[in-house]
Amino acid sequence: MPKNKDIKKVLVIGSGPIVIGQAAEFDYAGTQACRSLKEEGLEVVLLNSNPATIMTDKDIADRVYIEPLTVEVVEQLILKEKPDSVLPTLGGQAALNLAMELEENGFLRRNNVRLIGTTSETIKKAEDRLEFKTTMEKIGEPCAPSLVVENVEDGIKFAEKIGYPVVLRPAYTLGGSGGGIAHDREQLVEILENGLRLSRVGQVLVERCIAGWKEIEYEVMRDGNGNCITVCNMENIDPVGVHTGDSIVVAPSQTLGDKEYQMLRTSALNIISELNITGGCNVQYALHPDTFEYCVIEVNPRVSRSSALASKATGYPIAKVAAKIALGYTLDEIKNAVTQKTYASFEPMLDYCVVKMPRLPFDKFISAKRTLTTQMKATGEVMSICDNFEGALMKAIRSLEQHVDSLMSYDFSALTREELLERLEIVDDRRIWMIAEALRKGISYDEIYNITRIDRWFIDKIARLVEMEQTLKTTPLSAEILKEAKRMEFPDNVIARLTGNTERQIHEMRHEYGITAAYKMVDTCAAEFAAATPYYYSVYGSENEVEETRGRKKVLVLGSGPIRIGQGIEFDFCSVHCTWAFSKEGYETIIVNNNPETVSTDFDIADKLYFEPLTPEDVESIVDLEKPDGAVVQFGGQTAIKLTEALMKMGVPILGTSAENVDAAEDRELFDAILEKCGIPRPTGGTVFTAEEAKEVANRLGYPVLVRPSYVLGGQGMQIAINDHDIDEFIGIINRIAQDHPILVDKYLMGKEIEVDAVCDGEDILIPGIMEHIERAGIHSGDSISVYPAQSISEKTKRTIEDYTKKLAQSLHVIGLINIQFIVCGEDVYVIEVNPRSSRTVPYISKVTGIPIVPLATKVIIGHKIRELGYTPGLQKEADYFAIKMPVFSFEKIRGADISLGPEMKSTGECLGIAKTFDEALYKAFLGAGIKLPKHRNMIMTVRDEDKEEAVEIGRRFEKIGYKIFATKGTAEALKTGGVKAIPVNKIEQESPNLMDLILGHKIDLVIDTPHQGADRSRDGFVIRRNAIETGVNVLTAIDTAEALITSLENTDIKKLTLIDIATI
Amino acid sequence: MKAFLILEDGTVFTGTSIGSTRDMISEIVFNTSMTGYLEVLTDPSYAGQAVVMTYPLIGNYGITPDMESKKAWPDGYIVRELSRMPSNFRCEGSIQDFLKEQDIPGIAGVDTRALTKILREKGTMNGMITTNEDYDLDEILPKLHAYKVGDVVSKVTCEAPYMLEGTGPRVALMDFGAKNNIAKSLHRRGCQVTVYPAGTSAEEIIASKPDGIMLSNGPGDPETCTEIIAEIRKLYETEIPIFAICLGHQLMALANGAKTYKLKYGHRGGNHPVKDLTNNRVYISSQNHGYAVDASTMDPAVAQEAFVNVNDGTNEGLSYIGKNIFTVQFHPEACPGPQDSGYLFDRFMDMMKGAN
Repeated sequence: MPKNKDIKKVLVIGSGPIVIGQAAEFDYAGTQACRSLKEEGLEVVLLNSNPATIMTDKDIADRVYIEPLTVEVVEQLILKEKPDSVLPTLGGQAALNLAMELEENGFLRRNNVRLIGTTSETIKKAEDRLEFKTTMEKIGEPCAPSLVVENVEDGIKFAEKIGYPVVLRPAYTLGGSGGGIAHDREQLVEILENGLRLSRVGQVLVERCIAGWKEIEYEVMRDGNGNCITVCNMENIDPVGVHTGDSIVVAPSQTLGDKEYQMLRTSALNIISELNITGGCNVQYALHPDTFEYCVIEVNPRVSRSSALASKATGYPIAKVAAKIALGYTLDEIKNAVTQKTYASFEPMLDYCVVKMPRLPFDKFISAKRTLTTQMKATGEVMSICDNFEGALMKAIRSLEQHVDSLMSYDFSALTREELLERLEIVDDRRIWMIAEALRKGISYDEIYNITRIDRWFIDKIARLVEMEQTLKTTPLSAEILKEAKRMEFPDNVIARLTGNTERQIHEMRHEYGITAAYKMVDTCAAEFAAATPYYYSVYGSENEVEETRGRKKVLVLGSGPIRIGQGIEFDFCSVHCTWAFSKEGYETIIVNNNPETVSTDFDIADKLYFEPLTPEDVESIVDLEKPDGAVVQFGGQTAIKLTEALMKMGVPILGTSAENVDAAEDRELFDAILEKCGIPRPTGGTVFTAEEAKEVANRLGYPVLVRPSYVLGGQGMQIAINDHDIDEFIGIINRIAQDHPILVDKYLMGKEIEVDAVCDGEDILIPGIMEHIERAGIHSGDSISVYPAQSISEKTKRTIEDYTKKLAQSLHVIGLINIQFIVCGEDVYVIEVNPRSSRTVPYISKVTGIPIVPLATKVIIGHKIRELGYTPGLQKEADYFAIKMPVFSFEKIRGADISLGPEMKSTGECLGIAKTFDEALYKAFLGAGIKLPKHRNMIMTVRDEDKEEAVEIGRRFEKIGYKIFATKGTAEALKTGGVKAIPVNKIEQESPNLMDLILGHKIDLVIDTPHQGADRSRDGFVIRRNAIETGVNVLTAIDTAEALITSLENTDIKKLTLIDIATI
Repeated sequence: MKAFLILEDGTVFTGTSIGSTRDMISEIVFNTSMTGYLEVLTDPSYAGQAVVMTYPLIGNYGITPDMESKKAWPDGYIVRELSRMPSNFRCEGSIQDFLKEQDIPGIAGVDTRALTKILREKGTMNGMITTNEDYDLDEILPKLHAYKVGDVVSKVTCEAPYMLEGTGPRVALMDFGAKNNIAKSLHRRGCQVTVYPAGTSAEEIIASKPDGIMLSNGPGDPETCTEIIAEIRKLYETEIPIFAICLGHQLMALANGAKTYKLKYGHRGGNHPVKDLTNNRVYISSQNHGYAVDASTMDPAVAQEAFVNVNDGTNEGLSYIGKNIFTVQFHPEACPGPQDSGYLFDRFMDMMKGAN
C-alpha cells in the first residue's frame, strides 16, 4: 500500500514516439515506475502513443491507452478513468509539458486530480527560464549571464552587451531543439528566429558562452521529508558546447578533485531542495577548467536520459525510487533492491569506470553535417563498464556497431600535422579518432587541449591506447604485452591485425597464458555489502566473481544494442518478452546487451545481466563461463542475428530457426530455389558485386530497379535507380559502408506493400493479422503508415498471403517468428523480403490483436505447438477496429539531412492510432505524430509529373476544407486544369515572393513535395524541404501520405475521439 | 618493481611497488570514496592502518593543496591503478612522487575489489606489503597475527598548542589526530581556535576558560586511551559546551560508562547515511571509523541516541542530557566527502552563544 493512502489510481503519462532527444530511456523509466506502483497495489492507467514500448503492455499497467498525447486526450481519459493522481515526471518533456498545460488550464483542480512526483510550481521554477534564473539568484547559485528574450531585437541588444559568442536556448523544447551557439549577429538572428518559433512559450534564453568549460552532471534524488542524495555524477569528455546526449560521458567524474566534486554536489542538493523536488532530478554544470567558477546550465525536474544512464552506471533504480517517493515514501524507507541490505538513502559508490558513447545517425543521413552542437543528434547510445578508462572506452567503441573496433577504425593517417590541427577544430563524432591520429603524429597534449579543451587526462588515456597500438606493432608479442593489451580491452582481431597474427592465434595464445575475461558485479556499493543482483561487466587481469549456476536450463538472450534508425526499441520489447517467457517456462535467463536506455538492461529483467559489447569475442567469453544450453538470436534484430555463426562455432545451439535457414532467407540463390519450389513469385532480379554487373542486370530487367546490400537493417543503402548513373552512385555508397556481402538488384514493382508477422512451430503457422502500407512500395516499410487490418486487398489475396506465409515458413523450417513483406499488384502477390526473425511490427501487431506473439514464439522455440497453446493455426480473425501505425521522424534535429522518403529508412519512432473507424484511427495516428491541422489553412504543393493526376484530387479535397493552395508553376497548372484554385509561386531561385518567403512567413500548415526518384534530386526541393522542416512546417513527400492526411482531416471532429483500452483487447 | 600484499589469512596479491619499497605490516582497511585520496592519505585517523582504495583510478588530479594534516599517515597504500597524468588546475605534483616523499610503501595493480570482498567477509585483518620476492609465509604469517595497532594518538597529535586567531567564541580543540578542516570549519565561523596536544590535562583546558571544547577525530582503539578518557570525564563535569567527532565521540561515551566495540570492517567512505533522530532527516556523511559506541550500554539518563546509521543501525551520535554536549561518529568537517552535516558546526556555535 502506498504511504499516502489517498492515492489509489494513478495515471502515468509516457513520452510518446521515439524522437531524437526522447528515446527508449522513458520506456525504461516508465516501465520500472509502473511495476513499482503495481507492487504497491495501485491501479495504474497508462497513456502513451508509442506501441513499440514495453510500458504499454497489459502486464505492466492495468489499463493501457495507446492514444495521442494531447491535452484533449488526457482530459477525456481522466474523465473516463477517474484517476486520483497523475504521475508526469517519468515521461520526459512530453509528459511534463502536458501536465503543465492541464494544471495551468485548471482541469486537474476542477476534477480533483493531483500531480504526484513533483508539483507544477516546481516544474515551472525549473523549466521556465526566467523563474529558474530568479530562483538560482535567490540561493546564490551562479548561472551564466543571460536574458530571456521574446523577440530578435532584444536578443541582439543583449548579445552585444555581453559579447559574442552567445548560447541560445529556447524554453520548453526537448533535446535542445532550436538551440545553438551564435558567433556573430548573423548567426544570432538565424538561430534566434527559429528558436522563438519552436519554443512553446515563444521564449529563448540568450546567455554568455561557456563553451570549453567542463560539463558535469549530477543525478539527485529528494523525498518529501527533504532528504537528498546524489546517485552519481558524470563528466562529459566533450566540454560544454556539445549536447550531453552527443558527448562521450564518463561516470564518475575523473578529473575533479574532492573540492570540486563536493562543491558541485552541495550545489545540486541546494538546488533540488530550493525547487522542492520530490523524485529524481538532473543538474548540469559548466565548470571552469582553471578555477572553481561554475555555472548551472540547466535542471531537469524529472527522470531523463541522463538518469537512465546513471541508473545503469550505478545499479541504483532511479525511476523505481522516484515512483515510491511520489507515493509518499522517504528514501530511508525504500530498500536498495540491489543489495537488499542498504536503503535508497545511500549514495552509490562505483569501483569501476563507465563510458557512454552516442550512436549518431550519420550513416543514414549521408548528406547531413556531422558537426556536434548543443542540438542533440544521437538516436541512441551505448554504455560500457571496466575497471580502467581505456578498457571502458574500447568496449564502448566496439559496442556502437558502426564498423569501428579501435582508435584506428577511421583512417586519418594521410593528413599532415597542419591538416590535423585544422581538423581538430571541428567538433564531430570522429573527434577522438582525430585526436588519436594527432598523437600518432606527435602533436602535444597541450596543443590538442588548447584546440579541443578536452582534459589532458583523457588525452593521455587516448595516448596510452595509441602507445599500445605501437607496442603491438613493433614488439614481439609476449604474455606481458598481451595481458596489458587485454586489460585495455583491445579485441583479439585488432591485436591480430597489429601483430600480423590471425585472430585464432591470438585467441589460442590468450588461453595458453590464461588471459581470459573475468566478470565483476555492479553492486552500488563498491563491494562494501554483498549484493543480490547479478549484474556483471568484464575485466581482464582480475578475479572472476560470477557465481556458477546449475540446475535449471540456461538460455542466452542476445539484445539489440544501441537504438538506431532501423533498429529501435521494438527489438528490446521482443528481447524482454522472450526473457520473461523463458523464465516462466523454468529457464535461467541471461541477457547480454550494452544499451543503457532500455528495459532489457534493467537489473531485474533476467536472472543475469551482462553489460557487454555484442561482438563474437565478448559473447564467447560469457559463453565459456556460463555454458548456456542455447542462445536465442531471433529477437535482437540484426545485432543478434549477426552473432549466429559465431555462436554455432562456440558450440552453442541456436534455439528456434536454425542458422542455415536464416542464411537461406538472405542468400539470393538458395532463396530463389525455395520460392521456385513453393511456386511463389518474386520480383525478378540478380545478385551482383560490382557496378558493372549491376548495370548489366538493371538493363536486362529494365529500370527502375531496387538496389540494396544483403544483410542490413532498415533498408540501409537501399535505393531506387532509374538509370546507369544512379547505379554507379549507389554502388559507391554501398561499398563505403564496408560491405562484404553481395548486392541485390531487383525489378522495382509499383504495388501495395503488405506485411505479416507469423509464428511457426515447424508445421503450423499463426498470423495475428495482415498489415497494409499506405504508401506504395518504394518507401521503406518502417517509414510507411501501416494499417491493420489490411483495407484494400481482396479476401482471395489474403488467403494467398496466408498460403505463401505457411509455405515459406515451412520451407525455411522456421521455429519462432518470421516477417514477410509482399507486393500486391491486382491479385498477384510477390514476395519481396523474408526475415526469419522478429520485426519492427511485432509489438504493434501484438498489442492491437491481443495476441502475445513473442511469448508464443518463445514457447514454440522451447518445443510447444501452436495448437497446444490454445490457438487455431492460420490467419486469425480480423479485429473490429482499425489500428494504424504512423512513422515519426526527427528531421528537424539533423541539419542537412534529406527528408524525402525512399527505400532507406529514416524514421526514428512510431505512434499508434486505434479506433472503431478507419478515419478516426488515421486522424489519431497523425495527431500522435504531432500533425495537428488545420491551423492557417495555407499549403504548398509541388509534385513530380507522375503524381500530378492524383495531386489534383488531393488538392480538390484540401480546397474543400478551406485550404488555400500555393503551388509551383507545373503543379499549379495541373491543379487549375483540374479545376482546383491554385496560386502559382516562384521557385526558390526565382525572385521574391517565392516559396521560401512563404515558408518563412509562418503561415503555411503543410508542404506536399514529392521529389523525383533516384539520384535526380533537385537542390531546389531539398532546400524547400529542409527549410520547411526547420521552421516547423509539416512536409509530406509521398502522395499516398498526403491522401491519407486529407482523409483523416475530412472526417474527424476531435471532441468525439473514442479512447480504447488495449488491455481489454 | 614487483610488490606483494600478504594477508593474515595467507592470501597473496601481486602487484607493482609504488612509493617506498620498504616492508610494512599494518591493519588493512578499505575506503570507498571516489575522490579525495589526498585527504584520506593525510587523515591522521589512518595512522596504524594501510588503506585500500576501492575506486580503481587514483591520482587523476595529482596532489592539490588539500592536505588534512602536515603529512601522510597510513602505513601503506593499496590501489588498482595510479594515473600517470595528473590533471587539475591546482595540481602541484604526482601521487607517485608524493608517496615516495612521504615514504609510504604501497602496491598498485591489485584487484582491489577482490581484496575488499575478503575484508568484508572475513573482517578487517592485518597484512604486509613487501617487495621481497622470496617472502616466506611461514615466517610472515605469525608476525601478521601478532601485529597490534598500539598507541597511535600520541604519534599523530600536535607537539605544542597553537592558535588560529579569531574574534568569535574561543574554542579549545583537543587534537587526537585532528583533520585540518575541523579547526578551519570553526575558524571560518569566526572562532578563535586553540589546538591542544592530546595529553593536555583537563585542568589546563578549563583554566583557559574556553567558550567551547571540540574533541577531534583520531586513530586507534578508543579503549586504549584511558588517560585521555579520564581527562574528558573532567571536561564533562564542567558546563562548557562540547562537540566531539569520531574518536572524540567514542571517548566521551567511554568517559560516561558506555562501551565501544570493533566493527567487522568499519565504515570508511563518503556515502554513509545517518539519520538525525530529532527530525528523521537523513544526511549523507563522510566516515572513517573501525570502532563504534554500543548505544545500548549508555545509561539513558546520561545520553540519548541522536544519530543512527541507516544501513546497519549502528550509533552515529549522542546527545548528553542536561549538558551542552553532543557528539557524532561521522565527520561533519567532510574533506573528503559530503558537506551535508556541516550544519552541526553551526549548532555548536549556537550552543556556545547560548551558554554565554
